[in-house]
Amino acid sequence: MSNGLVKGNAYTLGSIEQGEPCCDPIPHFSINNLAVSYHNEMVLSNVSLEVYKGCITALIGPSGCGKSSFLTALNRLSDMVPGAEVSGDIVFEGENIFDASIDVRALRTKVGMIFQKPNPFPLSIRKNLELPLKEHGVRNKSEIESKIFDALQSVGLWDEVKDRLQSSALSLSGGQQQRLCIARALILEPSVLLMDEPCSALDPISSGIVEEMIQRLAGRYTIIIVTHNLAQARRIANYAAFFWMTERVGKLIEFGQCRPLFESPQHSLTAAYVSGEMG
Amino acid sequence: MAMIDRSFTIIIWIMAGLVLLAFGWLVSDVVVQGAPKLSWQFLMDEPTRSGREGGIYPIIVSTLLILMTALVVVLPLGLGSAIWLAEFSSKSSKRVRTTRLILDVLAGVPSIVFGLFGYAFFCGFLDLGFSILSGGLTLACMMLPILIRTTEAGLAAVPQDWRKAGAALGMSRTTLLWQVLLPYASPAITAGLLLSIGRATAETAALIFTSGYVDRMPESINDSGRALAVHIYDLSMNVVGGDKASYGSALVLILMVVIINLSASTLSEFWLEKKISRLK
Ligand SMILES: Nc1ncnc2c1ncn2[C@@H]1O[C@H](COP(=O)(O)OP(=O)(O)OP(=O)(O)O)[C@@H](O)[C@H]1O
Ligand SMILES: [Mg+2]
Repeated sequence: MSNGLVKGNAYTLGSIEQGEPCCDPIPHFSINNLAVSYHNEMVLSNVSLEVYKGCITALIGPSGCGKSSFLTALNRLSDMVPGAEVSGDIVFEGENIFDASIDVRALRTKVGMIFQKPNPFPLSIRKNLELPLKEHGVRNKSEIESKIFDALQSVGLWDEVKDRLQSSALSLSGGQQQRLCIARALILEPSVLLMDEPCSALDPISSGIVEEMIQRLAGRYTIIIVTHNLAQARRIANYAAFFWMTERVGKLIEFGQCRPLFESPQHSLTAAYVSGEMG
Repeated sequence: MAMIDRSFTIIIWIMAGLVLLAFGWLVSDVVVQGAPKLSWQFLMDEPTRSGREGGIYPIIVSTLLILMTALVVVLPLGLGSAIWLAEFSSKSSKRVRTTRLILDVLAGVPSIVFGLFGYAFFCGFLDLGFSILSGGLTLACMMLPILIRTTEAGLAAVPQDWRKAGAALGMSRTTLLWQVLLPYASPAITAGLLLSIGRATAETAALIFTSGYVDRMPESINDSGRALAVHIYDLSMNVVGGDKASYGSALVLILMVVIINLSASTLSEFWLEKKISRLK
């Protein structure tokens, strides 16, 4: 699985085939005092952390502690959840994403999202990739073709589907569908990928393939990944954030470089959770 | 256990058989009695002697005109309202829940009530008189609740995943609606449309009051016109010796409904295939 990525120095990605390596942690998202509530009931409060450019940040914690809620605030998908309310500041590429002047649709093209259950549209493989492109004004045929090629290449799907671009995306296997969904997000050239348990609906082999692919994408993209698989978090993440629920409100307990967080956690809750005693 | 299973299966088979039998008897009765009447002349001639002789050409034309008028109103209004209800309204608001309740009640209101309403409102208040227009609009009122509720249910059955996927890709709701949600829901929408067309073509009570029963060829939709169902009713109830023509008209009505059903499902199937690729 390990393809030469150096995990020792957590925020150095070591050998990256493409893109700039991120040796200095540069904040990509600066989150300050974030709180999320549903129907006036607080589920996440007082979260402040920085997500660094080109790095993989893993969000870990027990079920219901607000990881998904946190993630959906970052691309403002929370806007479409009935009863959801988000407060606090999220500064992304120099702008507060809650400013009235923010173009939410443009934000979402820059911050792509992958869901737990693969959700390709019930269209052909090609249409799945074409639709978002056309929606965002790419009309040129050859440009579309080359972007489809690039996107499928970068998720390692091109060789598997190049002869069947016209067939239904739903005829792909679960793992292939998930990679198609990642390609569909990548085709809009985002700088960030939010992934909410992207491997948990997949069999171990597909899961491994997707995981390996996520590692390849690091460096080129800032990746925030929610995972219940602590081993996976350890394998792929540069940073980790541990959430925990106290009195039914989720809190950020500890955040830092991945390896120290797992090996010498500062907080006793973190220690108990990563050692599997709790959660 | 096996005994219970076995007897249950037999009972189910008997039930289904009975339904099929009743339906088969009904259809074969109409076909056997109506077929001798069916001819090119019957379809293309004016009725004479109160419909005992001659054909039903003006009546077919009136029926189609009434249906067209109704559809022209129902399709945009019905689809629009359903889309609003399913996609744009806030699901739990009081206004939306009340709207749904009213629609459900309206879908169950006896047609004679719609007839009286149409008579008072379209013929009287709007001064459209006994006309194809009044009849079509009255039918539209009857069809709307059925179409809206089935379309809404069809859209609600489309997985939420795709709405989230679309939003996360920064796609507009309109694009998503046209490219994914509506095509995917189109079989359900077509079923609803056919159900409401079925209700409309079977309608007698509401039309007697609104489009009238003049059996001449209508010159425009402001003319009165007799629908097929009204014609069948009139022949069998009021015209002595109208049985044969009545059966003939019933057969034509059944064929008409079959043709409408087939073409609507073919069209929607075609659209679905074009837009959506289902599992192959
Ligand atoms: N749409 C919603 N409406 C109301 N409450 C919600 C909604 N979504 C989540 N919640 C509540 O918010 C809390 C946090 O949920 P969230 O999905 O963010 O947790 P999570 O950490 O992602 O859990 P899991 O690991 O199971 O995915 C939970 O108590 C949940 O019941
Ligand atoms: Mg979650």
